[in-house]
Order: sequence, then structure tokens, then C-alpha cells
Amino acid sequence: MSAQDPIVVIGAGPAGMNAAKVLVAAGVKPVVIDEAREAGGQIFRRPQFELSRDDKALYGFDARRARQFRSDFAALQPAIDYRPETVVWSAEQSKLYLLRHGQPDVQRWSRLIIATGAMDRIVPTKGWTAPGVFSLGGAQIALKAEASLIGRRVVFVGTGPLLYLVAYQYAKAGAKVGAVLETGRPFADLSLLPDLMAGRSVFARGLYYLGWLRMHGVAVRTDVAPLAVTLDDSGNVKGLSYLFKDKTFEASCDALAIGYGLKAETQTADLLGLDFHFDAQQRQWLPTTDADGRSSRANVYLAGDGLAIRGSEIAAESGRLAASALLKDAGHRCKTDSVRHRRAIDMSARFRKALDTLFPYPSQIAAGIADETIVCRCEGLTAGTVRQAVHASGEGDINRIKAFCRVGMGRCQGRLCGPATAELIAASAGIDIAAVGRLRGQAPIKPVALGTLTNGPT
Amino acid sequence: MTKIFDIAVIGGGLAGCSTALHARIKGASVVLLERGRCGTQASGVNYGGVRQQGRHSAELPLARRSRSIWSNLETLIGSDCEFTVTGHVKLARNDADMAELAVHRTVLRDHGIHAELLGASDIRRRFPYIGPGYAGASLCAEDGHANPRLVAPGFARAARALGADIREQSQVEAIHVLGDIFSVTLANDPAPVKARQLVNTAGAWGASIAALFGDCVNEAVMAPNMCVTEPIAPLIGPNLGVCGGGIYIRQTAHGSVIFGSGLGTADRDALSARPIADVTRDAAAAAIAMVPQLANVLLLRSWTGIEGRMDDGLPVVGPSPNTAGLFHAFGFSGHGFQLGPAVGAVLAELCIDGHSPTSLHGLSITRFNRAANTHV
Ligand SMILES: Cc1cc2nc3c(=O)[nH]c(=O)nc-3n(C[C@H](O)[C@H](O)[C@H](O)COP(=O)(O)OP(=O)(O)OC[C@H]3O[C@@H](n4cnc5c(N)ncnc54)[C@H](O)[C@@H]3O)c2cc1C
Ligand SMILES: Cc1cc2nc3c(=O)[nH]c(=O)nc-3n(C[C@H](O)[C@H](O)[C@H](O)COP(=O)(O)OP(=O)(O)OC[C@H]3O[C@@H](n4cnc5c(N)ncnc54)[C@H](O)[C@@H]3O)c2cc1C
Repeated sequence: MSAQDPIVVIGAGPAGMNAAKVLVAAGVKPVVIDEAREAGGQIFRRPQFELSRDDKALYGFDARRARQFRSDFAALQPAIDYRPETVVWSAEQSKLYLLRHGQPDVQRWSRLIIATGAMDRIVPTKGWTAPGVFSLGGAQIALKAEASLIGRRVVFVGTGPLLYLVAYQYAKAGAKVGAVLETGRPFADLSLLPDLMAGRSVFARGLYYLGWLRMHGVAVRTDVAPLAVTLDDSGNVKGLSYLFKDKTFEASCDALAIGYGLKAETQTADLLGLDFHFDAQQRQWLPTTDADGRSSRANVYLAGDGLAIRGSEIAAESGRLAASALLKDAGHRCKTDSVRHRRAIDMSARFRKALDTLFPYPSQIAAGIADETIVCRCEGLTAGTVRQAVHASGEGDINRIKAFCRVGMGRCQGRLCGPATAELIAASAGIDIAAVGRLRGQAPIKPVALGTLTNGPT
Repeated sequence: MTKIFDIAVIGGGLAGCSTALHARIKGASVVLLERGRCGTQASGVNYGGVRQQGRHSAELPLARRSRSIWSNLETLIGSDCEFTVTGHVKLARNDADMAELAVHRTVLRDHGIHAELLGASDIRRRFPYIGPGYAGASLCAEDGHANPRLVAPGFARAARALGADIREQSQVEAIHVLGDIFSVTLANDPAPVKARQLVNTAGAWGASIAALFGDCVNEAVMAPNMCVTEPIAPLIGPNLGVCGGGIYIRQTAHGSVIFGSGLGTADRDALSARPIADVTRDAAAAAIAMVPQLANVLLLRSWTGIEGRMDDGLPVVGPSPNTAGLFHAFGFSGHGFQLGPAVGAVLAELCIDGHSPTSLHGLSITRFNRAANTHV
């Protein structure tokens, strides 16, 4: 590594942008790489210019923050080396391998901030691979980036605050929301109320969306168990059958959105060989850092939802914190008040923990997926196949089960099917979910055509 | 009194698991000690090439013997491990390569292996998807490929079913010779494992086990850089290689195309290995040169594994010159997957019968001593 190599930030969402801002304030010009066409990350994803709709409709309560983000970013842009529409496909010591408009490139780094955000977490339900079924994030991206709806009558199933937000955004955009079906029991445990209040505005917003949906006649049911996606004669989704209070119901729709919280995007961290730990609360493997975001490897820092799922406000705080840690380690004078950012993060930790408790990943549902249900859609593998591999081998390590039955070997490399597969394996093998281990990541981070890799100068 | 096994095997790769199975078939009591899980190292992550063609003549008796076991896997271990006889095509870049292939063909013939020489027009006619610029090729019709993830665990399961004591998560820490008994100390078990004979099939860690007995050889590590694509419609029939070894490509029955070229990095002490992005890029270019249609196919994953490499590129297989009852088989130098089944059969014969009908000429560990002596 050479000291002349730049400081690089991957991700231009709230975490990456705020990290860059702190770096710029200290006189550093970071390289900021993001796959998207415009900065903003998942929360402030923007529609294409010609489809522009007004911010209020797109972002609801976050409209002001979205505008703020954009003006902040516009002010920052001249002071950073910004690389939009650039995907990192591999990461090594002091080098990132990039693709931009079909051209490969290499970006050297002296220090690196990984702020890659999160993606949807799914529990497969019988029939979920039918046309008309979307991930919750996919449904929201359709709305935000393409200003289109996934259907006219949409049912939302899953767990977590985002479920209510997206249902609300759909209703506001003119869709009929058939039902919001929650697998958790968020209103059963009032003892968590004080912790929720610690989230202040975020909590209030959540209550608002929920109240709004109910007031507009949307059925919001909690403690449900999805049974199957029902299909019409041409194989398109026509509803979701589910269990509620021991009775079977069907919510009819022409599109279904599924989302069970978020999963950190950790492939870059994995390729760099960073240490991970199993977070029992979020029920996923997360990169291990100190309070400021220093990873197990010198000069590599993490921030935002790619470090732990804590929402956009904490993502911003943790971005600032990681950047100030970096500056300190690099011997810069840094005016950032780390104590304040740490305190903000600690304050919200209570709230986040309460959310994670109220909206848990429904591990029992994932563990109990019917044998004939497809789990790994890339490879067309059913839950039964995974269970069979566990029983035949007598083993429970997810990488071994993958080796035996191909689960997680397809295009998504387990990014989509990983969480549910881990639950299935743990239950079939009778072992703790942490003992199932973590699917090993390898390059490329996202599939890439062989010809693209070899374009341009070598 | 602790049990004394006839044979203790160190290392549950394909060589070790096959030894355990063959020793049980011959009636010996066997314990196999594997640090992790059987077949997670080189044997489980390799390219899956099952070829006799292109090997040094010293390996051909083992390769020949192995080939007959490969087609018998279903009977032997209850699974064919996706072994498919697709043929192996070794392409010639120029006339010099072609001449080399012609010589090699006679060597193969001496070992009862048939290969057919093809001209440039034969290649165009029979394998139209192969890119231009090759002078010809050698086709060994009875070679093919298999799914490495299934093979060593399959041998281990079969051995266990026959009563072999397969101990996973059992790292060998030290070995003492007490009279004519080997006493093996494990990291996770206070009770040593005792056996009359000891087989060292510890792969890239084989030389460090051998060194405990004063059998000192140099074993380097190598990590072939591997790539796999999304599944595509059947395109590539045989397992493809080229003279000089630049790039090798096969398509699985599932549709994915697997190819390898160059080396990644490995640290055998840390048990870690990583592909290298620059090597992957070069491999992609070489793969497209060999099969141009691959340009539009998506790369899904790259990986590598930890393999032991001897200075002359040939494995060590045979008895220890210093310690009676000790046998080595390690350092397969990037091509021990095809050999694995026979290596186990031969080691079982050496342990139990004292000799094997399969020649190990040229593979003894003593070849390195001699070299050292003559050079001093
Ligand atoms: C689909 C989806 C929708 C969401 N919608 C909302 C919402 O409406 N409201 C809300 O409060 N929260 C929402 N969240 C949660 C919200 O995204 C996070 O809390 C917040 O955005 C986290 O900020 P971040 O900076 O950590 O990550 P992000 O905002 O996700 O930013 C990460 C950035 O990294 C880039 N990136 C990732 N990997 C690579 C790579 N290999 N190469 C190049 N660039 C890369 C991505 O393109 C992205 O722009 C959503 C999450 C998801 C997954
Ligand atoms: C990426 C790659 C591609 C390859 N492609 C091909 C190919 O196409 N065709 C081909 O023929 N060959 C190929 N090879 C080579 C082939 O895979 C190996 O030669 C073969 O698998 C070696 O088998 P093994 O049993 O000797 O070693 P391994 O499979 O490495 O097994 C050795 C075992 O010993 C264990 N061990 C080590 N030390 C100890 C200890 N102290 N205590 C307990 N256990 C211990 C290890 O954990 C390991 O499981 C390739 C290799 C690699 C890495």
C-alpha cells in the first residue's frame, strides 16, 4: 500500500455520504463509488429524471431529509472523486476491482470505508416464484426509481417497519392495498414501549403509517403465518392464503410484496477477510468492529446498514464516526465530535433492539417451510432437498450442505436464499443457528459477463 | 486397554478416505483422523478433471488403475459422483505441440490407454464451438470429469458403513513410535490413537507429517484459480485442456461451465485460500479464446483450494525409507483428484499385503534424497 493511494468509500447512501463529508471537512478528497446512477442509497433512491414525481409522494416523512441529502450531496460533489454507476466486483488488499459501463477498472486504496447498505430478507412461501411476487424492496424500487406499481391491488406480507412504510407509499401512489400481513406480534408486548419511545420520530412515523393504513380501511393483521401464494389459471399470483387465529384466510391481490426485514450486504467485507460474528438479535452474521467502525483489519472501516441493520439515521451517524476514526488513525486532526455520534448510536440502540424484538425474523416459519416449497430459486431446489441433504450427510454446516445439494450456488450465490436455508438446516440438524455458519463469499460480488471482465486495457 | 488399530490414516481427503475404504474391504481395522470434515480441502474444491492423458509416465499406472475404479463408483460407494465419460481433448497450439502429443500417445499406449490424434479440420467439424488457431489435438475418449464435492465424502461414508472409524474434527498434533506401535496425539482428545501402521495422506500438510519421522522433503503450496459460470444450454462436450496447461474448461451436466487458469493465493497454516481478481480476468480471456461463445456468459463465482506441490510436479507415494510401517501419499501437485481412488487401493495393499500390483516407480520419497546427494 502506498500513502499516495486515495481513501475510498464504497456506497453513497446516508452512511457513505456522511463519511465522505467528514473526510472532506478534514481536507481529504475521497473516491466515492456507488453502483447507482445517483447518490442516495436505498432510502433516497431517485426516480429517473423524466419520471420525476414530487418528493412528498415518494418519500413521505422523509421528503425533507431527501431534499437535504440531495443538496448536501450536490455541495459535496466538487470536493470528492465521485464514481456513480460503478460496481465493485472484487476487493483485495489495496485494490478494488470495478466495472463501469461495461469497462473494467482497478481502484487502489490506502484506507477503505465500506458502506454498502442492506438488501431484503425473504422467507420462501409456497408459490413465491410466480410472476407478480416481489420483494418488498423491489416493490419500493419500482415505485421510487421507475415510478411504477407492481400491481393495482397489492398485498404486503412479512415483518418490520418497512412493511408499513411501503404499504403506505403504495396506497399514496394510488394502489389498492389488499392487506398488510405481519408475522410478528408487535403490539403484544407493551413493556417495550419505553424503548420504542427512545426512537422518537422514527417510532411516531411508524405509528402514523399504521394508523393511516387502518383509517383508510386496510386490513392490518399481525401474528399471521403465510401458507401459500395462490395462482390463477395462467400462473399469475391471485392471492395469499394464510393462517390467522387458527383459521385459514385468503387475501386476494394481483401482486404480492414479501419482506422480512433486511440483511446486511457484506460481500466486500467477506472478500477482504474481515472477522464476522453472529448477531443473535438480528439473526445474521455481521462484520465485527469496534464502537467506531474499525474492522478486524487495519485501514478498513464499516458503517451503515452494511455493518448492522440500524436504519438510515444511525447509518449517517456511523458514517461520520467511521470517517473520524479513519482520520485519527491516519494522523489527521479531526474536528468531529465522536463522543456525540457514539452517544446518538447508543441512544438508538435501545430502540433498535426493541424493533428487532418486536419484528423478529420468523425463524420457526422458515424452519417449517413445506418440503415441496422452492427455497433456492436460482437452482430450483426445494426445502425437502435441503432437509434430505442434512439427513443423508448428518452434517449441518451451510457450506457443506451447499456442496452436497447446490443450495446457494446459483446466480444469487445465496444472498436471497441464505437466511431461510440456514434456518432449515438448523432445525433439521437440531443445532443452533450460529453453528450452521456463514456462506463463504467469493468474487464476483455480483454476476458479470466474462466478456465484460476482459474489455479494455489489461 | 486402548484399542490398537491395524491402520491409522492421517488426512480425510480423497487419498485418505479411499485408503480407509480399501483397507476395510481387505478386513483391516482402520481409524481415519481428519482435522476438519472429510473432503473439504483440495479433494472437495478442485476442478473435477478425471483425465489420464497429459500425465507423466510415472503416474500412469496409478491413473490407469484409478480409471477402472472411477467407472465402478456406483458399486463401490453407492454414488457415481457425477463421473461422466466425456472424453478429454488436449489442444495443440502449434506443430511442436502436435509432435509432443504424438509422442505422448505412444507413452499412453504402453500403459493401455488409447488416445486419438485430431487435425485442425477434425476439431472444426467435431467441436465447432472451439475457437480458431489450434493446430490439432489429442482426444482420450475414456477420460472425463466428476463432481469433487461428492467424492471424498462418499468414500468416507462408505468406509464408515464398513466399520472404519472416521474421526472428523480430529487434528493430529504429534506422533510417537513406541516399539512397533504408532501413538498419535490429537488436539481435541487426551487419549492417543494407536495403530500398527500409519498412512500419511495429509495433502498440502503431508511433508510436515513426514518430517516428524525425518523424511524431509520440500512441499510448496499452490492454489489453482477456479471459475464457474451460470448454467447454459449444453455446449461443451469433452473436458478441454491445452498443451502448456494454460486453461482448462468443462461443462457440467447441470449446465455450468467450470474453468481454471493460473494460481490464486493460499496460506496453509491459516487454512485460507483466495482467488486473485487479475488472475480471474486473465482466465476469462483465455476461456473466451478457447470457447468464444463464453463471452456473453455470466461468471458467478471464483474460488481456489490448498494443494501441495513437489519440486518435480509429481506426488510422493510409497513407504517411508526411515520408519517401518509408515506410508506416504501427498504432494499431488495439482493433479491428484483422478489418482485418489487408486492411491487408496494401493496404500491398502502396501499396508496389508506388503506389495501392490500397481507400479509406484518414480514416486518414492527417496528420489529427493538421491538428488540432494548427487548434487552435494
Ligand atoms: C430495498 C430497500 C428499501 C429501503 N427503503 C427504505 C425507506 O424507504 N425508508 C427507510 O427509512 N429505510 C429504507 N431502507 C433501509 C435503508 O436503506 C437504510 O436504513 C439506509 O439507507 C442505510 O444507509 P446506508 O448508507 O448504510 O446504505 P444504503 O443506503 O443502502 O447505501 C448503500 C449504497 O452502496 C451501494 N453499493 C452496495 N454494494 C455495492 C457494490 N458492490 N458496488 C458499488 N456500490 C455498491 C448501493 O448502490 C447503495 O447506493 C430500505 C432498504 C432497502 C434494502
Ligand atoms: C483448485 C484445485 C483444482 C484442482 N483440479 C484438479 C483436477 O482437475 N484434476 C485432478 O486430478 N486434480 C486436481 N487438483 C488436485 C487434487 O484436488 C488434489 O491433488 C487431491 O485432491 C489431493 O488429495 P489429498 O487427499 O492428497 O489431499 P486433501 O484433499 O487436501 O486432503 C488432505 C487432508 O488432510 C487433512 N489434514 C492435514 N493435516 C492434518 C492433521 N495434522 N491432522 C488431521 N488431518 C490433517 C486436511 O484437513 C485434508 O482434509 C486440484 C486441486 C485444487 C486445489
